[in-house]
Order: sequence, then C-alpha cells, then structure tokens
Amino acid sequence: MITIKKYLKAESLEQAYELNQKKNNRIIAGMLWVKMGSNTIQTAIDLSDVVSASVSEHPDAFIIGAMTSLRTLETHKGLHEYTQGAMKESLRHIVGVQFRNMATVGGSIHGRYGFSDVLTMFLAMDSYVELYKEGIIPLEEYANRKRSKDIIINIIVKKEDLRMAYLSQRNTQTDFPTLACAVSFGKKGKRVVIGARPQKAMIIEAEESALEIPESQKDKLADVLSGQVEAQVITGSNMRASAEYRRHLARVLTRRACLQILEGGAEKSC
Amino acid sequence: MLVKMWINGEAIRDHIDPDMLLLDFVRRHGCASVKRGCETSNCGLCTVMLEGKPILSCSMLAARAEGMHVMTLEGIQEEAREFGSFMAGQGADQCGFCNPGFIMNVLAMIRELTDPTEEEIKEYLEGNLCRCSGFVSQLRSIMEYLKYKKGEQDGSGK
Repeated sequence: MITIKKYLKAESLEQAYELNQKKNNRIIAGMLWVKMGSNTIQTAIDLSDVVSASVSEHPDAFIIGAMTSLRTLETHKGLHEYTQGAMKESLRHIVGVQFRNMATVGGSIHGRYGFSDVLTMFLAMDSYVELYKEGIIPLEEYANRKRSKDIIINIIVKKEDLRMAYLSQRNTQTDFPTLACAVSFGKKGKRVVIGARPQKAMIIEAEESALEIPESQKDKLADVLSGQVEAQVITGSNMRASAEYRRHLARVLTRRACLQILEGGAEKSC
Repeated sequence: MLVKMWINGEAIRDHIDPDMLLLDFVRRHGCASVKRGCETSNCGLCTVMLEGKPILSCSMLAARAEGMHVMTLEGIQEEAREFGSFMAGQGADQCGFCNPGFIMNVLAMIRELTDPTEEEIKEYLEGNLCRCSGFVSQLRSIMEYLKYKKGEQDGSGK
C-alpha cells in the first residue's frame, strides 16, 4: 500500500520537472504498478493537464502523448493498419479493458519492465522518446539507460515501409507473458525483439545469412532467422518458465511471426 | 484536500486524504455495489465508469477524478436489472460478489462495441474474474441479452 502525503496536478512541465527532482516525490502515470509498492510518496505529481493523452498521425510519424492509455493505442486505426494488427495483439492480453483504460504508454516505457509487452512492441519499430529536458532520443538508447528524473512527453514512431507481427506465450490468459516476440521487416533490415525473457526486452538484428535469403523462400528464411534468435537470445528462469523453455519459445515464436509477415500479416480489423 | 466530482449525476464535494482511492470514495458516498476484491488491479470487482469508460476504482486516486463523472451500478439500475435478469435466467448468478463489476463492464462493452462477436465479448471481459460460474453461463446470458436488445429474442432467456 502506498502512502501519499500530497497530491498535485502539475500546471506546467517545468513545475512537474522541478518537483520530480526531489527524492520522495514521484510522477504518477497510470499508477497501476506504483500502487503495488509500499512506498511513502511526499508529493504525487499528476501530469494529466500537461502531457497529451492522444495519438496524432502525421505523414511521416505517429506522435503519441505519454499519458495515452494502452486502450487508446489498441483501438487506434492508424497504428493498427501501420503494424498490421501487431499493436493490438501486443496489448489485448494485458489484464483487461479497465486496466488498459488506465495504464499509460509513458508509464510503461519509463518503467522498462521486464514483462513489458509495450516496450517489446515499440522497440520493434523506429521509435523515439521525447524527454522534457533532453529532447528526442532513440527508444533503444533510453531503454538501456538507468531511470532518470526527466519527464517523457511523447513517444514518436517514425513511419517506414514496415511489416511486422507480434506473438506472446502466457501460462494463463491475462498473466504476464512467459515470452513476448515482435518481428519487424523494415528498410533498415529485419529485427526481432524478445521480451519477458524474463529480463527487459532484447533486440536481435538479423545477420547477413538471413538477409541474403529471398523472401519467396519463406520456410528457409523463417528457419534461419529463428535459429539466429535462438543462438543469441539471453534468457533466464523464474516461476513462469525455465531459461531453456524460453529459449525454445523464442525460436518457435520468431519462426511463426516471420511466417505471418511473409504470408501477408495477421488480422485486418481493428 | 477538497474534491468535487459527479457520482451518478449528483455533484459531490468532500474533503479527502490525498491517497484515498476512488473505490473508498464512492463507497463512502453510498455506492456499496462497488466491491473491494483483489486490490491488485486484476479481478474487475471494483469496476466503475469514469467519463463513460470502465476503469478499476481500486487503482485510481479519488483526487484524480476531480471534476469528472463517475457512474456506478446505482446509477444505471434499470439497465443493470434488465441484464441481471438474463444472468439469473442462465444460472450465471451464484455468490453474486462479482456481479456489480461484471455488469458494469458488460454495459460498458455494449456502449463501446457494435454487435460484438463471442470472441470480442470474451476479450472485453477478460478483466472480470468469477470464481463460481466458470464463465460459460455468463457468456450465455450476454449472448441472450444481445439477441433480446436486437429484437431477435422475446426475453425468454431471462
């Protein structure tokens, strides 16, 4: 149970930033993970009035306000089409609609949670984090840093000629994933992101031997790419699965996702 | 701190602690239908509608609902009673503890989705746990209710 001494709806980003520099103050986004702790928060800083909670689509990018709910992402038609259903697939298993109406993309990305479907999904795209003080940095760089006291304003997804698929394995519906897998084929190459290893999501870029295979040889390409993932992925054991099982799952899910892309994508409706 | 919000259309002003949950706030103001279940944001018992969207009141600060409209089962009794009769008719109503949260989310689903398929219904209601029914009778009651609302059923599923 958390204890909050003072609650404040920030009136400006500067005010939120200044307050957030103090050790016992904390920004609350969806508050779903924060609530599970037993901390005492001196001032809970609510960003609702100063950070956007919507998605704007531009010709070259999606700009997603950090306070945007996971449900908004899941039902956004533009993101659905751009990701060929992968965005929805990555989110629809997270607890329930009520939960996803509250959880925010900024909170999920800031947390860099090992179990995060959201981080896994966004790392598979050309994604950037816009921070209040530091400006725009690649998501990959942000995810590998320690948590800072800067504030995420937007998540930016640059558009490209992208094909992608997302798959996850869970022991029961709505549980954390045992393993999550996002595969994308873009102009920069072929990328596989493995999440819930159970550590933070890991990016594996396709090696030359996979890139050389023509896409018409679907099974061969899927076999080689999934083999590369199995060889490179670093997995661990916890109550949900062993490291060995996760390694095997990584190969199976990569292969299936790869074939899904090569066969024209997943669902069409949002 | 002082907050003001609308609960089931009624303007409420009250002094609260900053960490008071919306669940406790609505219960303090007479909405006993809203239940405390898992408190880990998983079971859906505490579902209310905030500005028309279903959320978990056990995981939201009351302070955050400042100036917003909250709807609980007490505010949509007629609709709830109508759907509840289908639950009773299909044997989906057992211990009843999950019913208010479940009914709130079913009614939210009906407002949000047009003619949902069985798969969409299951997906929408994944966040509502019931330890008695096994969900089959609940699903049946929703399917019957939807047919009734479309005029394809005369209410005999009640």
